[in-house]
Amino acid sequence: MDFAQIFSLTAGELFGVFTAAYALCALGLAMHFGYTGLLNFGQAAFAALGAYGYAFATLNLHWNMWGSFAFGIICSAVFALIMGIPTLRLRADYLAIVTIAAAQALYYAFGTSQFAWATGGSNGLSQFGTDFYSYNPIPEGRYDLGIVTLSEKEIWVRIVAWGLVAIVAVLLVVLTRSPWGRTLKGIREDEDAVRSLGKNVFVYKMQSLVLGGVIGSLGGMIFVLSSQTNQASTWVSNFTFMTWTVLLLGGAATILGPIVGSAVFFMFLMLTQTVLEGLVNIGALPFLSIAQVGQIRYLLVGLFLMLLVIFRPQGFFGNKKEMQFNG
Amino acid sequence: MANTSDIAKGAIEPGCAKVDPILIADNVTRSFGGNKAVDVAHLEIPRGKITALIGPNGAGKTTLFNLLTGFDKPNTGTWTFEGKQLAGIAPHRVARWGMVRTFQLTKALSLLTVIDNMRLGAQDNPGESFFKSFVRPLWAKKEQEITERADVLLKRFKLDAKREDYAAALSGGQRKLLEMARALMSDPKLVMLDEPMAGVNPALTQSLLDHIKGLKETGTTVLFVEHDMHMVRHISDWVVVMAEGKIVAEGPPDVVMKNPAVIDAYLGAHANDDLGTVSIDTVKEGN
Ligand SMILES: Nc1ncnc2c1ncn2[C@@H]1O[C@H](COP(=O)(O)OP(=O)(O)O)[C@@H](O)[C@H]1O
Ligand SMILES: [Mg+2]
Repeated sequence: MDFAQIFSLTAGELFGVFTAAYALCALGLAMHFGYTGLLNFGQAAFAALGAYGYAFATLNLHWNMWGSFAFGIICSAVFALIMGIPTLRLRADYLAIVTIAAAQALYYAFGTSQFAWATGGSNGLSQFGTDFYSYNPIPEGRYDLGIVTLSEKEIWVRIVAWGLVAIVAVLLVVLTRSPWGRTLKGIREDEDAVRSLGKNVFVYKMQSLVLGGVIGSLGGMIFVLSSQTNQASTWVSNFTFMTWTVLLLGGAATILGPIVGSAVFFMFLMLTQTVLEGLVNIGALPFLSIAQVGQIRYLLVGLFLMLLVIFRPQGFFGNKKEMQFNG
Repeated sequence: MANTSDIAKGAIEPGCAKVDPILIADNVTRSFGGNKAVDVAHLEIPRGKITALIGPNGAGKTTLFNLLTGFDKPNTGTWTFEGKQLAGIAPHRVARWGMVRTFQLTKALSLLTVIDNMRLGAQDNPGESFFKSFVRPLWAKKEQEITERADVLLKRFKLDAKREDYAAALSGGQRKLLEMARALMSDPKLVMLDEPMAGVNPALTQSLLDHIKGLKETGTTVLFVEHDMHMVRHISDWVVVMAEGKIVAEGPPDVVMKNPAVIDAYLGAHANDDLGTVSIDTVKEGN
């Protein structure tokens, strides 16, 4: 086994693009679930709307990076309004059901040939990152960063991705420590108590839903800008559940939690992948083929998550007093 | 039996008009299945006074509170608060108009600290708006004022030692106190307390009574549901009696407690006892 390679691949995930993208999506969920008690099981749809919004605005409307970026955000904000208006006056489970269903519907809509003029159908969209990479100040070449060697494009997308994570994290810290965040915490626990004190609970929940969805759409944009390809198959419900895993790993009502949770999640996936593959290659696991490794590692993730929920239900960073699964 | 007072206008009878009403309800009904939980033909609450709403369990007192504050929708009925139509108005707007209620089943927010519970009770904090919350200078001063006001109230309710604790760490009685103190953070014009004394440590009862009386001095109107007849007699200016959803009697406390209809509705077998000297608990034990 090549331990140096296992190490560099695993450590590379620490600042990988997908790590940042999932961290953003999970930060959005932290806003929804951790700070407001909203059950959104359709974060994949918010991320997808960011991704398709950006790509559509660039390819079909010929907008520049800033316009495309704004368009992606607007798409997810509108989606949040559509999800929220009928459900946020009702019990928490209504939003959960509606977001599952809508995310699934959008997933099929993105993949169908009917809307191929906008979505590219099952082929998806590609080559929409020219303007994004035109801002890259780093000269062309390959750069040895000690652990990994990256191209100038790979470095640029990582800088933007982690810059976004940092900005979003700081904004969320400011927000959640403000009186606005306090009101949300009250709503998470008992809406009627907060209503009786003169707060418009519906508006607060809507603001949280839009904000968390928009943050998720940033994750979606980052996700597709790294490879400049956007395919419907990315935005399956599995994407949502991986985001939930990342959130619960780190701690639902924390800001650092989703970020560290994402890093741990992707490092764990890469570590198990490379170690298992290494073991299969040297014949140590005769009952396993290389193709099966991909599935086995998710099984291990599930096991890991179960152990975490049993022994540390509040996640790495959560406060046990604040932990609650009942939304 | 006196037929007039400085509170009622004209004869004292169920649903009678008041000299200066703050809340006027008409034909308010609410049914659960076939059970008419509330059926109030007319009710006026006098401004600046302490009014007790009494009646046996299941009389509809809590349901009436829920209806008047927008937490439940009536089958029929209208009501005005300070002359403004309130029927159909959302609960948070009712609170913003100065009519704040507490809950029989306490709703202290146990995952917030005591002081944060109090701060949440204040209104017009610019920091509670999404966009302004990002800019601390826009709300820091108001937050400071709110915190000072909260500390004064916490002291008065003897909760100042618990300031930084999570409300989860409070006893049942202390949560009642916190909920009441929190309701007062917005300086309401009418405060509606649903069984404020239930579960409160007897050592604190007297100071709570004094505080409710103090509210009247600052011009706040109080409407409260209570089972403790001593408390009702000591602090209320007016008593309204409900039974099976209807207003069956009202009047000054001394008069109401001698009213045969009230004794009948409330106490059944204890018709011969003076209501002023028994609490409902001793009556229940007697049954
Ligand atoms: N949500 C509800 N569903 C069905 N019945 C209810 C509901 N709330 C109250 N009731 C019924 O309405 C009547 C009045 O209840 P309530 O207002 O709680 O009385 P009180 O506060 O005077 O003890 C009772 O018969 C109660 O069972
Ligand atoms: Mg009641």
